[in-house]
Amino acid sequence: MKEIFFSITLFCYFLATLIHFLFLGLRRNLLLFIAMVTVVVGFICHTTALIFISFETGHGPYTNFFEYMAFFPWTIVLIYLIVEFRYRIKDLGSFVIPLAFLMLAYSKLLPEEVSPSTNVLRFWATLHYTLSFLGYAAFALTFGAGLMYMIQERQLKSKKPGSFYYRLPSLELLDNLNHRLISIGFPLFTLGFVTGSIWIGKIKGDYLSWDPVKTLPLIITWMIYAALFIGRITVGWRRRRAALGAIIGFFLIIITYWMHVN
Amino acid sequence: MNIIVVGINHKTAPVYIRERVAFPKDKIGESLECLCRLHEIEEDVILSTCNRVEIYARTRDIANGIAEIKRFICDYHNIPYEELERYCYAYSKEEAVQHLFKVSSSLDSMVIGEPQILGQVKEAYVLAKSLRVTGVILNQLFEKAFSVAKKVRSKTRIAENAVSISFAAVELAKKIFGDITGKTVMLIGIGEMSELAARHLISNGVRTILVSNRTFDRAVDMAKELKGSAIRFENFEEELIRTDIVISSTAAPHFIIKKKTMEKIIHLRKNRPIFFIDIAVPRDIDPAVNEIENVYLYNIDDLQNVITTNIMEREKEGVRAEEIIKKETLQFINWFNSLEMVPTITLLREKIENIRITEMEKTFSKWKDLSEEERIAIDNLTSAIANKILHNPTVNLKNQVKSKDKQWYVEVIRYLFNLDGNLD
Repeated sequence: MKEIFFSITLFCYFLATLIHFLFLGLRRNLLLFIAMVTVVVGFICHTTALIFISFETGHGPYTNFFEYMAFFPWTIVLIYLIVEFRYRIKDLGSFVIPLAFLMLAYSKLLPEEVSPSTNVLRFWATLHYTLSFLGYAAFALTFGAGLMYMIQERQLKSKKPGSFYYRLPSLELLDNLNHRLISIGFPLFTLGFVTGSIWIGKIKGDYLSWDPVKTLPLIITWMIYAALFIGRITVGWRRRRAALGAIIGFFLIIITYWMHVN
Repeated sequence: MNIIVVGINHKTAPVYIRERVAFPKDKIGESLECLCRLHEIEEDVILSTCNRVEIYARTRDIANGIAEIKRFICDYHNIPYEELERYCYAYSKEEAVQHLFKVSSSLDSMVIGEPQILGQVKEAYVLAKSLRVTGVILNQLFEKAFSVAKKVRSKTRIAENAVSISFAAVELAKKIFGDITGKTVMLIGIGEMSELAARHLISNGVRTILVSNRTFDRAVDMAKELKGSAIRFENFEEELIRTDIVISSTAAPHFIIKKKTMEKIIHLRKNRPIFFIDIAVPRDIDPAVNEIENVYLYNIDDLQNVITTNIMEREKEGVRAEEIIKKETLQFINWFNSLEMVPTITLLREKIENIRITEMEKTFSKWKDLSEEERIAIDNLTSAIANKILHNPTVNLKNQVKSKDKQWYVEVIRYLFNLDGNLD
């Protein structure tokens, strides 16, 4: 059953990616509407599939790499849908949906192991993973917005308007989006970080027993986003700097993510 | 379908020809009536603007109608026929319909998508209609043209993206700042173009205007006019800290804003972006300023480049607009054709009925001793035969009203039964 739902989800995200790219070229609003419907259908199937997994394994979808890779895109699409309904940035989907699709497609390549169900400290584990993933997802969208910002800024600086100049929203809006998403993502990520160390601490009995290989990159990532979050308020790190920071930050996330879970 | 258009426009004729052929506004009414009195012309509309002079008409015969209109133009404006011939174009039927749709949708304009032409076409039509020189066909054609123009405007991006310097500046400001409502604009130097740009910014929501000029009195005057405040020229640099959009157009022979100054200012602005529009020649602002983060500098050539690209973007949309126009032309032709089939059938029936009556009367005059009863019987008989023969063709022709081959059927019927004459 969950296989079917996963396949439908994957297909929907793939289709939505194609339609979004098509929209980028053709500018027909009908395409945007179809893409949106496709994403929503995909998201519903995705949710159902994750519920199936959770029932099968007896715990949330965050105990092994396969499950992470199935869960992460779900949070990305969730945040994307919220942003889309709030801001209606027509081309955001072209930058975000492909990301969700690629991640989910990657999860299909992974061995689908089932970790044994443990009732030990399930509360802290769930809290840690949910908060962290939502934070990551907000950062993923910031990455998309940052990319759009860099492209649009390039267009304006070069004074040669290309097709993106007409398609992308104003720098102000993109910067604003960057700010909002980091304001949401950073606290979530921080809380995820805290609950994670409480969880590990409770298991090992020592809150400060950090594995440097696993934890150090995580701290670096946290510091980057902390700098972006605080820097905007205090010293005016906005616009290009904020966009660039969001892009670099996200690459770091991918690296740390990989190091952290392996 | 005897709809024609004869005309010249900016693509086919140089300005000295266009101005000779143009109809003065107060003479158009009179010319419309003159034209309509001509033998071939049944309905007409004259469109005369600075970029085009076109006469739309419904005529008895296409070729004769075109020639007659050309001769009218030549006589009226005193131009040799050969000379006009060199510059003018004439379209008929579908092509004429499509041409009108293109013109009113601003696809045929010098700057594609400009909005004035639709108003001019409307004006031309309203005048002709008020003089009763248009009838069912041209009325329908022009009403359709207006709805097509509206559709093109709403369904395509043909009128989007600025094609004038001052509008391009406003659009760029919006791409940088999003909403420009709360932004501050400063004019350095006063000029016609900078004033126009400022006015466009104001109508787009900008409320705070600063005006700085070497002659302070002029700055005060301009500030009063724009409901802003005047700044002494020595102080404009300080004001850059709180300004978001700068329109510069001084007569200074050298740069008045240099990169070094601007680097300091942007730091004081805490990296809030600033947009410079330098429309002065020679330029007021060092081009290197554009290299600073969050500073955007456009000079007059840059704006011109943006406009060129905008026009190209509009032209891309023109392809979509043409699709719409093709579809709508077809629709109009269908409407027109449905008008034509019915008169053809009527004509056919009349012709047969005429033959029947003539032949019957011939017979009656030969056979003078026929009784009244016999005459009635013969009348009934012939009429039944005629009706029986006509029944199938009538039904079948009516079925073809909407088909593609309809025109062909109409022509065949008219040829076979020699129905040619005036359809009306």
